[in-house]
Amino acid sequence: MIDFTELTAEGVSRHFGRRRAISRISFQAHSGSILGLLGPNGAGKSTMLAMLATLLRPSEGHIRYGSHTSKQAGASLRSAIGILGHDLFLYPELTARENLVFFAALYGVADSHAAADAALTRAGLGDRGGDPVSSFSRGMRQRVALERALIHRPRLVLLDEPFTGLDDASAGALVARLRGLRGDGTIVVLATHDLDLAEGLLDHAMFLREGRAVENVARPDALRSTYRSIMGRAT
Amino acid sequence: MIRTAWLILRKDLTVEVRSLEIAYTTLFFAISCVLFFAFALVKEGKAPEDGAAGILWIAIAFAGTLALGRTFERERQSETLRALLMAPSDRPAIYVGKLLGIIALLVGAELVLVPLVAFLFQAPLLGHPFWLAAILLSGTLGFASVGTLFSAMLVRARSRDVLLPVLLYPITVPVIIAGVRATAALLQPDVELAIVRFWVMLLLALDVVFLTLALWTFEPLMTD
Repeated sequence: MIDFTELTAEGVSRHFGRRRAISRISFQAHSGSILGLLGPNGAGKSTMLAMLATLLRPSEGHIRYGSHTSKQAGASLRSAIGILGHDLFLYPELTARENLVFFAALYGVADSHAAADAALTRAGLGDRGGDPVSSFSRGMRQRVALERALIHRPRLVLLDEPFTGLDDASAGALVARLRGLRGDGTIVVLATHDLDLAEGLLDHAMFLREGRAVENVARPDALRSTYRSIMGRAT
Repeated sequence: MIRTAWLILRKDLTVEVRSLEIAYTTLFFAISCVLFFAFALVKEGKAPEDGAAGILWIAIAFAGTLALGRTFERERQSETLRALLMAPSDRPAIYVGKLLGIIALLVGAELVLVPLVAFLFQAPLLGHPFWLAAILLSGTLGFASVGTLFSAMLVRARSRDVLLPVLLYPITVPVIIAGVRATAALLQPDVELAIVRFWVMLLLALDVVFLTLALWTFEPLMTD
């Protein structure tokens, strides 16, 4: 498994035909930090996450994981990346435990059954592991999906709108889990609309609009008013 | 690669055993297709010569198209295909796992279709079981190898249900023709095994070409 302590984007652009979804974005994120990608719909947050996850190739520029590009590192790089998308990446016909065992085995975890049981306990669903995911509430599915993304202990965690559909308690638990990941030295990149929940959580915020980075802020506070002020200037 | 393909195959079969959705719809469609042809073509207990071979392969092709669409629809619903693509193994392993799942489903359908066609069309399909198995397996592999690639490629296309047969059938025509000719050769009163062997070799050659192209193009098609 390839390990790294820095994630670097250098002049990354992505075109879909003639449409430019991402335009010359550069940033660096370090081990033990949370980077927020903030912006309105269509700003390019999900496209940026897909490129960081190696699911899309940049049309221009490079993404470096430590000293490696995804092309140099090959398939083994993906064992260091965990992704939680807007959709949950779970099979509704399978039980929570079966989902977790499957993905743990797929990502090369040595004891997939033990890893799945530990993940269910962390999600607070130790007694529901045998139930099909289709019988879970949105919040419960989200918790399983987060543990699915983290089951192989990735160095880089990519989260796309992870607070969607969560009640206050589940959202609070997710924030605590993200702080725990930061403490463990994980690089977290979080794309979200939910500025209230992201308040106080981010070490770095990148504000995106129409595929461009309009502002980079270290240790952002008063996130909502900062967002309004930056987006107001960008129009 | 083999381990990843096996995990995906096992997961697909577990999901299918639990829902039986693809098995039921595919079988219902294929059996209906054979019955319609039997009602239309079998007159006074006599079936047209070589008709059984064509109808068997039409039913396999239609059932296969239905199964291909549904298998990838499952991966699209919760975007699980993206999670599979994030696995730290060569991405063609995903293709191989999905391909084996489709083949398993189609072989299951063929186990029902062959005796049904043999009965309704009074065709001696089971006279040479080894050669029949060779024809069906090599033909199914050729059809499914192209179909699995196209289904994966079209998974995010809005009109994927229409596009899949439009793209799939013209490319797999050589497989279907070779399958029909090989099966028809088995139904002759004096079976010439040299002819059957020729068609099976052609099917195997097509399998090699289609599989190589599919394994080569799967990753670029799925990441761009």
